[in-house]
Order: sequence, then structure tokens, then C-alpha cells
Amino acid sequence: MKRFLLAAAFFAILALLWEIAYRAKIWSPVLLPSPGQVVTYLEGAVADGTLAKATVITMRRLLVGYLVGVIVGLPLGLLTARWKVFGDTIGTLALGLQTLPSVCWVPLALLWFGQTEAAMLFVVVMGTLWSVIIATETGVRNVPPIYRRAALTMGSKRLHMWFKVILPAALPFIVSGMKQGWAFAWRSLMAAEIFVTILTGFGLGQLLHYGRELSAMEQVIGIMIVIVVIGLLADKIFFSPIEKFLHRRWGTSQA
Amino acid sequence: MRRAVVRSSATQELEVILPSKLAIENVSKNFQSASGPVLALDRVSLNVAEGEFVCLVGASGCGKTTLLNIIAGLEKPDSGTVLADGKPVTGPGRERLVMFQEPALFPWLDVFGNVLFGLRLKPNLTNKDRRDVAKYYLELVGLSRFEHANIHELSGGMKQRVSLARALAPNPRVLLMDEPFAALDALTREQLYGDIQEIWKARRKTIVFVTHNVREAACLGDRVLLFSPHPGRVQAEFMVDLPRPRDINSVDLAAHATRITKALKSVGHAETNAAK
Repeated sequence: MKRFLLAAAFFAILALLWEIAYRAKIWSPVLLPSPGQVVTYLEGAVADGTLAKATVITMRRLLVGYLVGVIVGLPLGLLTARWKVFGDTIGTLALGLQTLPSVCWVPLALLWFGQTEAAMLFVVVMGTLWSVIIATETGVRNVPPIYRRAALTMGSKRLHMWFKVILPAALPFIVSGMKQGWAFAWRSLMAAEIFVTILTGFGLGQLLHYGRELSAMEQVIGIMIVIVVIGLLADKIFFSPIEKFLHRRWGTSQA
Repeated sequence: MRRAVVRSSATQELEVILPSKLAIENVSKNFQSASGPVLALDRVSLNVAEGEFVCLVGASGCGKTTLLNIIAGLEKPDSGTVLADGKPVTGPGRERLVMFQEPALFPWLDVFGNVLFGLRLKPNLTNKDRRDVAKYYLELVGLSRFEHANIHELSGGMKQRVSLARALAPNPRVLLMDEPFAALDALTREQLYGDIQEIWKARRKTIVFVTHNVREAACLGDRVLLFSPHPGRVQAEFMVDLPRPRDINSVDLAAHATRITKALKSVGHAETNAAK
């Protein structure tokens, strides 16, 4: 409770400083709207459904692309860790492409798929896939050999070994890879939505883009806040509990 | 089908009179090291009878752990054979479970899950049986209260107790122990000497126990085999016929230990002299 109050006070002070900066008229009100104006915009966007619609569209793109990335990436990561052939080929490819900022996929996706949902999906998958492959591979390679040996003596082999020993043992690595993949996917999707107008649906990135076009700064800031909040919520709702569980089990938590 | 054929033949007679639970014959093993191949085991032969407690003693690097791994089926010998119940060992098997020096417990499972791991792989048991058996062994090693504890919350001694329970739970007939108490403090170790003797007696296991601690070997073993390094060979054999349970601090035991230590030292000297 005390921590919550402290955090709340911190954000209240941030808003207050913002209001003071607005009232001091350091910048033109066009460039820096007041917090109140941003709230008014957000209320309006909530009331007329724009915000909900855009959020749903963006989240659908993100989740579908992310799931595809994870579902394809996990087995590929296992393959690269298990067989040298895959490690030398797919592993090297993944390592190389992971260094490529995922926004760099946007021009290619546009030329290949045009202004379609497929282009969006492609960008998100490319953002997720390589991190997941590499994290899975690293995780599997870092499983202490003693676990395998112990499991072998107890009669574990093949699929049982993979699902009951190697995968769980590699879980901390895999989860951090999934988290990184999520961050990359989120960034690349935002970039794609800002660059690309797609007639099949307006996402948050597009709202941001039109905010700029219309010089509607309260919209730009409002949407940015929404994007930040979504990122925070994803972390708190999805990743945090998993990480807490891992820390508790493995005993790796500091607190 | 095959068993029926065996039964009707003379082979069965031979099997029946085979007294050894484990028969190790002329096992050799080389390792590649930076300075060329090292002969870790040189034509080692030994037999272990059903229900026997055999300790392998020797300096570090004398190949005793390698031999244990070969018996477990985790490593293959370059030459020679290992027979368990008269059948060649071709890989790891539930009948010969290993307790490692470092606790090889799985951090993603709690204490109970770890003990249950081997049981889940054992067919012909209901899940309730498995849980009951796991509970029984946790009780046996005195850790019932820690069923749902995470592995990292346990002390070193408790971890090794869980390892012991996990190794015992699938009811293997042979238990292979690789310096399981080496990393523990003296007090915990002494408790575990008592525990392991009780369990060995209660469950009638065949145990091969690797250690570099002569007193520990004399305290636990019916028979103590002395290993000499470079190349690894069985140098001498000692029978320890003291009544059980044995106290590691007893005078009689000290006498046995002294005898073995002397032999161990002479092996060391012979090696030093040879090196000169």
C-alpha cells in the first residue's frame, strides 16, 4: 500500500509539473497541451469508440503475430540446439536477423504484401521469431548436463526428456526471450502502423499518425500514453506473474 | 517369449548360480586430455553380490567415478563388459539409480515433484500409488514437512536427503552413490551415515558407494576396494565385518580405517616413486 501511494504521488507530481509547464507558456499550447486537454481527448475517443476500436485492432495484430512467432520460434530453437545442422543454418540466420531492427522489415513487407493485414502480421512475426529462437537455443544449451544424466538414469528419454526436463530447465531463458520478442513485436507494429495506412483497420499507430497530420497534439500525447499503459499492463498481467513464479522456484529473486 | 526359451535351456541354471548382482569384467576406459590420452580405467574387474554394500576408495582422479558412470550406463567402456543380473548394461536403467555428488535436483519442481519424477516414469502404478510411495520415502528421509518447499530453500544436507529419496523411490535394486556427502558438514554427514545404513538394511539394496574418505568407506561398506590412479586399477580389497549400525567415531572402525589408510598411502608412495 505504501509503495502504491508513493508511486501514485510520483505520477501526480509528474502531471503537476506538466500543468505548470503548460501554464508558464514556455512552449506554444499547440506543441504542449495541458493534461486536461489530453484527458478530454481521451474521454472523447473512449466515448465515440475510436480508442476501443483502434486498441482492439492493434492488439489483434500484435497477439496473432506474436503467437505465430512463438509457436514457430520455440520448435526452431529446440532444433537449432539439438542438431548442429540446424544450429549452423537457422541458428546463424536467427542470430543475424535478430540484430536487424525489426522496423527494417516494414519496407520489405509493404513491397511484398502491399497495404494489407498480411504486411502487419509479417512485421510482427519477424520481430518476435528470431528472439524466441535464440533464447530457446541459449536456454537449452545452458541446461546443466547433470539434469539430463539424472533424468536418464530414471528412465526419461526422447520426448519425455524434452518436455519434462530440457524445456522446463530452459524456461527462465525462454521466458526472457519471449519478453524480448514481445517488446520487439510491439515496437515494430507501432512503426508499421505509423508508416502504413491500411484500409482494413485503424490501429493505435494510425491514430498517432493522424494526430500528427492534424497537428492535434493532445491526440498524439493521449495515444502515446495509451501505448505506454498497454505495454505496462502486458508486463504486469502476463510476464510479471510468470517471472515471479520462476524467481520463487529457482530462488533467483533479490527481494 | 524369450524368457520361456531361456528357462527351458541350461542358461537358466547358469543364471541361478551366478551370485553377482553386478559383474564388471576387464573394463578399460580412455579419456582424451590436453596432454594426450589418459587411461582412466585399466582392465578393472569386480563383482558385487546382491544386497552388498561396496565402497570404492581412492584419490581424486583415480577413475572411480568413471567406473560408477559405466555401471550406471551413462558412459560406455572402451573394452570389457558390465553385467547387471547377468545381462549386459547397454544404457541407463531404472534398476540402477545414481545419487550424484552435487544435488541434481530439478529446480522447476518442488521437493515432492522431484521425488515423484522417477515414479511417474515407472509403469503399472496408479497416480495414487505414486503419491503414496513418494510420501513414504520423504517420510523415510525425514522431510515430510518440506513436501512443497522449493529446492533452493533447502540446506545442502536436506538437498541430499531429497536426492536420496528420489533415487530410492522407483525402488531400484542397485544404488550407485558418487561421493554424495562430500560437500556436507561433518554433523549432517554423521546423521546421513546413520540414515543410509538404516535404509540399506530396511530396503535391502545393493549399493556401490564412491568416496575419497576412508573412514566413511569403513563405516558404510561390507567391503572396501582401494583404487590406484594412473591408470585406475583395483589395488586392494578390505573386508569390514563390524556389526551394524556402525558409529563413524568408534575405535574398532578407526582400526579398520587406519589399515586402509596405510594401504592408500603406500599406493600413493609407489606412484610418487614411479614418477621419480
